[in-house]
Amino acid sequence: MSKKSFRQAINEALRQEMRRDPTVILMGEDVAGGRGGSAGTQDAWGGVLGVTKGLLEEFGDTRVLDTPITEASYIGAAAGAAVTGLRPVAELMFVDFVGCCLDQIMNQAAKFRYMFGGKARTPLVIRAMFGAGFNAAAQHSQALYPLFTHIPGLKVVIPSSPYEAKGLLISAIRDDDPVIFLENKVMYDEEEDVPDEPYAIPFGEANLTREGRDVTIVAFGRMVGLANQAADRLEKKGISCTVIDPRTTSPLDRDTILECVADTGRLVIVDESSPRCNMATDIAALVAEEAFDTLRAPIRRVVPPHTPVPFATVLETLYLPSVDRIEAAVTATMAHRVAEKV
Amino acid sequence: MQIARETLLRSYRAMRTIRMFEERLHVEFATGEIPGFVHLYCGEEASAVGVCANLTDNDTIASTHRGHGHCIAKGVGVAGMMAEIYGRSTGVCRGKGGSMHIADLACGMLGANGIVGGGPPLICGAALSHKTLRDGGVAVAFYGDGASNEGSTLESLNLASVWNLPAVFVVEDNGYGEATGASYACAGTQQARAAGFGMPYIECDGSDYFAVHQAAGEAIAHAREGKGPVMLHVHLQRWYGHFEGDAMTYRAADEVADARRDHDCLKLFRTRVTEAGLFEGSELDEVDAAVADEIEAAVVQAKDDPLPQSADLLADVYVRY
Repeated sequence: MSKKSFRQAINEALRQEMRRDPTVILMGEDVAGGRGGSAGTQDAWGGVLGVTKGLLEEFGDTRVLDTPITEASYIGAAAGAAVTGLRPVAELMFVDFVGCCLDQIMNQAAKFRYMFGGKARTPLVIRAMFGAGFNAAAQHSQALYPLFTHIPGLKVVIPSSPYEAKGLLISAIRDDDPVIFLENKVMYDEEEDVPDEPYAIPFGEANLTREGRDVTIVAFGRMVGLANQAADRLEKKGISCTVIDPRTTSPLDRDTILECVADTGRLVIVDESSPRCNMATDIAALVAEEAFDTLRAPIRRVVPPHTPVPFATVLETLYLPSVDRIEAAVTATMAHRVAEKV
Repeated sequence: MQIARETLLRSYRAMRTIRMFEERLHVEFATGEIPGFVHLYCGEEASAVGVCANLTDNDTIASTHRGHGHCIAKGVGVAGMMAEIYGRSTGVCRGKGGSMHIADLACGMLGANGIVGGGPPLICGAALSHKTLRDGGVAVAFYGDGASNEGSTLESLNLASVWNLPAVFVVEDNGYGEATGASYACAGTQQARAAGFGMPYIECDGSDYFAVHQAAGEAIAHAREGKGPVMLHVHLQRWYGHFEGDAMTYRAADEVADARRDHDCLKLFRTRVTEAGLFEGSELDEVDAAVADEIEAAVVQAKDDPLPQSADLLADVYVRY
């Protein structure tokens, strides 16, 4: 056990799985970097933000493959390799680039097993960075996990901390279905204690980061940390919150969400993806359908506005859910009084 | 190159099977009993069979929406294919794929594909698997002149060259992408595209089994020896419409009739092998009769086979969920 950053935890998961299984390969734009440069073959970048640094040195260029900047061909190649004996981890760099290769994910990899009558296994992981807060503007900041969650055949993972990232990525690589693994780029330098040995965190099992009696907060990825900060503040005001990190949006741990809502009667969902048809609407629908009678207040969603992600810091800060907004939503749901039914 | 007699007989049987399979679908589709839509491969049989005669089960192919011929040539069973097209639970994909998604990974058939240009990237991946696992295999992408313009295809030509993959890109050029002529939609030439990505280019007459076999043999040997990808450009004629029900008003009145008369790969094959004294016409007639029986049995069986059950709706989305 030692302190590791989100970046180091992901790197360690890749390294340990590549050591364990020779069919695990990495591919992507500049996952090594430096191929064909005048300085000669080297590990120049190790991923645009250094997440895969050092892997070329250990595993060589037959297992760490730099690609041209052609997402359709290499994401498709990863899908094709996955159904023919390899376990590729393909890095899409920014998840926004999925616009260049969605067919290969949505129409090919996700559907092989069903279309082929259960005969295909597609052990593919696509890693990508997501999220606002980096002044990366509209084409490099989206949180597109609802898009992938919508597609049957894909699994979607959003780690909320370094510990979660390592355990969930190891599960993703060992999984026999296509997995979209989404890393909030603002978190790469966050640190916590992470075990040195490999461990796997199962999909579809939510993590309760705290348990309380008044309000259930469901949050994803980086929003889990914000929700816990808000819960700390609220605790001091006598409001006790449960915070649920579902870890995966597909599969979704519906039971844990419904059980917690039954206990607290109040629900706030924190989701940094665009507000229409996102995880917050999905969970709100789930609770409205399955747990209507347990609710003591309307469900509240803390989400961005229905706009592209803006560039300027002042606008981007307004755009994102914040500790203040979460605290306000919880306070508002606590203030709600159900009218007496006649 | 001398082709073994058994190979010739197997290839003739495969071409005849494709022809009869498709001609029968043409008839059966018109009755309304087949759900969805089908794209027929008649006229193009020598391409799939001439290429696949150079492959083994260890090699991989990806196909197109016009995929029945590639499936049969790669060894997918006719009964399972017919049942699939009829939407039966006995189908090769248990009735969940249909005509456009027939796949059999056990014999290296990565699937027909409903997306134009869907196959070439997958074949880069299959070729990468062959190369990484050092199993000696080659991966072959069949795609049409229409798909040759897709970005995914052009990216794949580049990636295959960059990674020096054991891949062959077979452009099945039947002159039409849906209802639009290749002479309009394809700028430049396929040859120049191959050269542009630094790979060898071979072209051949797709109605001549021997020409395809020879050209594909060279292309596949090149890839198998680790020398990198090759483009094989096969010139073909499509005897039916883009899909069944297409009235083909975009084609001159005699175009298909001329193709059937002058470019019938089965007629040309028979003439060549009988004139060379390799086979008696009666031997080939026996093959024709056996194939006719096989297709008849497949149709009768498919019509009688069970439909999928309601539980099948939810099955096999994931390995585990």
